[in-house]
Amino acid sequence: MEIIGIIDYGSGNIHSATKAFETVAKDLKKEIKILRIHNAADIKLCDRIVLPGVGAFKDCKAGLVNIDGLVPTLEKKILDEGAPFLGICVGMQLLADIGFEGETTPGFGWISGVVDKIPTTAGLKIPHMGWNTIKFNRAHSIFNGLENKGETIVYFVHSYYFQVKKMEDLLGICDYGSEITAVIGKDNIIGCQFHPEKSQKIGLKFIKNFINWSP
Amino acid sequence: MLKSRIIPCLDVNNGRVVKGTNFVNLRDAGDPVEVAKIYDEQGADEVCFLDITASHENRDTIYDIVRKTAEVCFMPLTVGGGVSKIENIRTLLLSGADKVSVNSAAVKDNNFVRYAADKYGSQCIVVAVDAKKNDAQNKWEVYTHGGRINTEIDVLHYVERIVSLGAGELLITSMDKDGTRSGFDNILIKKITDIVNVPVIASGGVGNLQHLVDGIKLGHADAVLAASIFHFGEYTINEAKQYMKKRGINVR
Repeated sequence: MEIIGIIDYGSGNIHSATKAFETVAKDLKKEIKILRIHNAADIKLCDRIVLPGVGAFKDCKAGLVNIDGLVPTLEKKILDEGAPFLGICVGMQLLADIGFEGETTPGFGWISGVVDKIPTTAGLKIPHMGWNTIKFNRAHSIFNGLENKGETIVYFVHSYYFQVKKMEDLLGICDYGSEITAVIGKDNIIGCQFHPEKSQKIGLKFIKNFINWSP
Repeated sequence: MLKSRIIPCLDVNNGRVVKGTNFVNLRDAGDPVEVAKIYDEQGADEVCFLDITASHENRDTIYDIVRKTAEVCFMPLTVGGGVSKIENIRTLLLSGADKVSVNSAAVKDNNFVRYAADKYGSQCIVVAVDAKKNDAQNKWEVYTHGGRINTEIDVLHYVERIVSLGAGELLITSMDKDGTRSGFDNILIKKITDIVNVPVIASGGVGNLQHLVDGIKLGHADAVLAASIFHFGEYTINEAKQYMKKRGINVR
């Protein structure tokens, strides 16, 4: 039995994310349990961890820090024990060194970079909301079965984006006036700016790849 | 590039789709969850539920419907109708809605939008505007309470203000066009898309697929919303997309 934990800290997309993981897990051959993580003790039980996130960088960070012992336990689980990790939307942005949304807030610093406002060029609307194509910067198991010719279209909703410091951490991009970070990854850590739990079949495929991933 | 979105909209009353739909092979054509599933399979870019339940006792049914829909449809879901308190927004988001549309409450107190956007982020706050042309004064006016009350507020002034307060998207319904099947009020939509920097959904008046194209090309809308042409099986979402694609519109 493998346990996939989804951190529940009041983020809006927790219900959809949990259901998407449950739906994918049902179709897989291995026995999987989806657990909603409410405290540090829950983290210890999990083999994989998912951090969803909707809202402002500062609020999401505070939501996690306010759960007693959660962040240190999570860091031990991911950085020391190497459990596979997926951050979604703001859950991905929190991996950065620093976020500039509202007031400047430090992130976890697991993947070097900053979270800044999407550059606005003429006629471009903010938030970047809707379906956009992603392109892969390099091959990765998380993209298994997804093609790289313009048909991998996923759902985004965000006004800020992750600027990676090291190009090798950038796995996928999308075009919104400029190149916007769509997927990042380093060792056992993956982050996606789009919402796999809202991206229909392609999103579920991405989730399946994460569940099957052995970094 | 970002794709133009097609959004089927379901009016829900006491937990049932109003006037029903015409899908064959559907066990219960009046069940919003079943209908949303069909649109998900057809490749809709988003589904919109508009709760028009009048009685207070049945208002909570929408939460249950949203929860059940989010369990089977992995697509964006916008829910509106009767949202008057911040707690309504919170409950809808936690039930699985991605965006909540606010109408009368935003007109009554513009700061409701500011507060909601601060708390949950602009990206999930859609402001729905029911607009009707006042020919004598050559302007559009904001109506509330399902189009029953004319506030005489100028639509163009209103949308600018509400966006500056944090609305992340606008859903513009032309009351002149709604139900006429003669196309969107693209003049109004264009005037709005010219002055705001958030996505705009055009609504009201779709009778054929060319109208969807016109909403994007003439109105410069980011998304087009329709109900009856999809509910009664005249066109599938996929047919709409093929048609739009052929006319040069970037759809998924």
